[in-house]
Amino acid sequence: MTALLDVENLKTHFFTRAGVVKAVDGVSFSLSEGEVLGLVGESGSGKTVANFSILGLVDEPGRIVEGSIRFRGEELVGMPVGRMRKLRGHDIAMVFQDPMMTLTPVLRIETQMVEAVLAHEKVSAKAARDRAVDVLARVGIPAPEDRIRAYPHQFSGGMRQRVAIAIALLHKPALILADEPTTALDVTIQGQIIAEMQKLVSETGAAMIWVSHDLAVVETIADKIAVMYAGRIVEFGTAAEVIGAPAHPYTQGLLDSIPSRTTPGQRLNQIPGMAPSVLHLPPGCAFAPRCRYADEACNAPPPVRDTGAGRWARCVRPLVLEAAQ
Amino acid sequence: MAVFLLRRFLQTLAVLLLVSLVVFLGLYAIGNPAEILLPDDATAAERDAAIRALGLDKPIWVQYGVFLGNALTGDLGTSFVYNTPSITLILQRFPATLELALSALLIAIFIGAPLGLYAGLKPGTRLDRAIVTGSILGFSLPNFWQGLMLILIFSIGLGWLPSSGRGETGMIFGIETSFATWDGIRHLVLPATNLALFKLALVIRLTRAQVRETMPLDFVKFARAKGVSETRILGVHVSKTIAAPIITVLGMELGSVIAFAVITESIFAWPGMGKLIIDSIHKLDRPVVAAYLLVITFMFILINLVVDLLYTVLDPRVRLGGRT
Repeated sequence: MTALLDVENLKTHFFTRAGVVKAVDGVSFSLSEGEVLGLVGESGSGKTVANFSILGLVDEPGRIVEGSIRFRGEELVGMPVGRMRKLRGHDIAMVFQDPMMTLTPVLRIETQMVEAVLAHEKVSAKAARDRAVDVLARVGIPAPEDRIRAYPHQFSGGMRQRVAIAIALLHKPALILADEPTTALDVTIQGQIIAEMQKLVSETGAAMIWVSHDLAVVETIADKIAVMYAGRIVEFGTAAEVIGAPAHPYTQGLLDSIPSRTTPGQRLNQIPGMAPSVLHLPPGCAFAPRCRYADEACNAPPPVRDTGAGRWARCVRPLVLEAAQ
Repeated sequence: MAVFLLRRFLQTLAVLLLVSLVVFLGLYAIGNPAEILLPDDATAAERDAAIRALGLDKPIWVQYGVFLGNALTGDLGTSFVYNTPSITLILQRFPATLELALSALLIAIFIGAPLGLYAGLKPGTRLDRAIVTGSILGFSLPNFWQGLMLILIFSIGLGWLPSSGRGETGMIFGIETSFATWDGIRHLVLPATNLALFKLALVIRLTRAQVRETMPLDFVKFARAKGVSETRILGVHVSKTIAAPIITVLGMELGSVIAFAVITESIFAWPGMGKLIIDSIHKLDRPVVAAYLLVITFMFILINLVVDLLYTVLDPRVRLGGRT
């Protein structure tokens, strides 16, 4: 089976006055039809920029400097704007992080949904509206016939995110890029939205990239997980493997800092230090200064080590291999 | 809504009362109109008669009381100079000023908004810098000097346009206006442009700032992610978002354009309210000055009300009268 999405050595850099910020610096992964990839990392690890790069939505002063993104074999990097516009929302849809900010405040939900339909299909406004109402009902908006006339501020955060998801689903896209879609929501709503997305994705057979800083969330939804650190993927594998037996010390650190995994009463484990400034990365492994296993060998660029069937880690001595020896 | 309008009405009354008091005291302080109105060789008896006839012999609070009482019946006093009701004088001149002000505002919007939009979308380009520099000139060069330059270039130098007066007027919908005749429009161009230059600079800067603020917002990106065309994003999403603040400022500016068209009207001999008020101040024609200031105050209040109402149309999040 050919991959739906093939990202190869993607480099998206931001050219700021302070210097070149290598937000994404050589990221490669591929995604099959219907597969859900969890892209995990701390703030500033480049996961969101990687996601935006796919749809060519990186704002100035950022741009893709190298690499290739192929969607169904078609190259997206450097694609003409007109062709890209046809893919956006139709074949590849996106759900953003903050539902308070993603809908235009001064336009009715109806306007924003109908224009999304009409951007790709020549149908009557009436037909477009009916489709919008249908999809709203599917994502769990009560009384969609009335609510579609409302403005975004008349919805709660969770409902707004449902609307945004509905917009993403309008054209039954083959790929959905979800950029931390539950981060800005209440925990109870988070659960609902995740369950909803899971259901919708399996119904429509869409593939999805779910960007999140929360491994616990990704664990419930992703088939595969890519852990990003300082613009690079440091570990890749199936969700069960990565969560069950992390190979990279950073992944382990992330897992240890999830409260529910700690014995009650015990101090929460945390990764010491802060994510490094991407302006001043250490020459070797970017995680080394915070890594409890680091030694001199980590001052050289870490090799990509295969750690078994389709999974790998960018580390001098991956944990799973250490354990096996 | 009803609560909002009632509250606004009471506020309006309070403001008008306060303004009338300030205006009356101010005018009283400027000087005695009898000195200017009477010929030098008037006898003491003629003097006393005139002063009594104008009601200037009474104490100030009595004068104010009479003025206020008359004002409540719609009578803002009779001009000392023209001997006609001052409100009539002002309303006669009002259309000329209004047409000048509206033309200026339209020029400012229809030239300023596109320029500001372009500059906001392409900050740092050569054209953006040219536009911004131009707007700085519009802001900082004195308005009267701009007016004189316009006359020098377009009337005297090139001889394209007339430099003074209102030209031939005609009637449209029963209102006397320069728009009715070609000659009228030709006369309108220079004064309207002069009056517009400052506002033009303002609209450019405001639009540019608003566009720069709005473009990086998530909803613009989200609209792009939907596959919506860039034209529609600008024309619908961004335009409607930035419309509310721009309309607010322009509403305020419309008031000031009408009220302070004085300079332009003086330079281009435009027979509007501004010229009337300058003449009246010179002659200490108290009733006209007082009536003018009250009319202008009332107009500002009215424009603010209209802007507030427009706001609810443009921005659905705004609700009047309610406490948030």
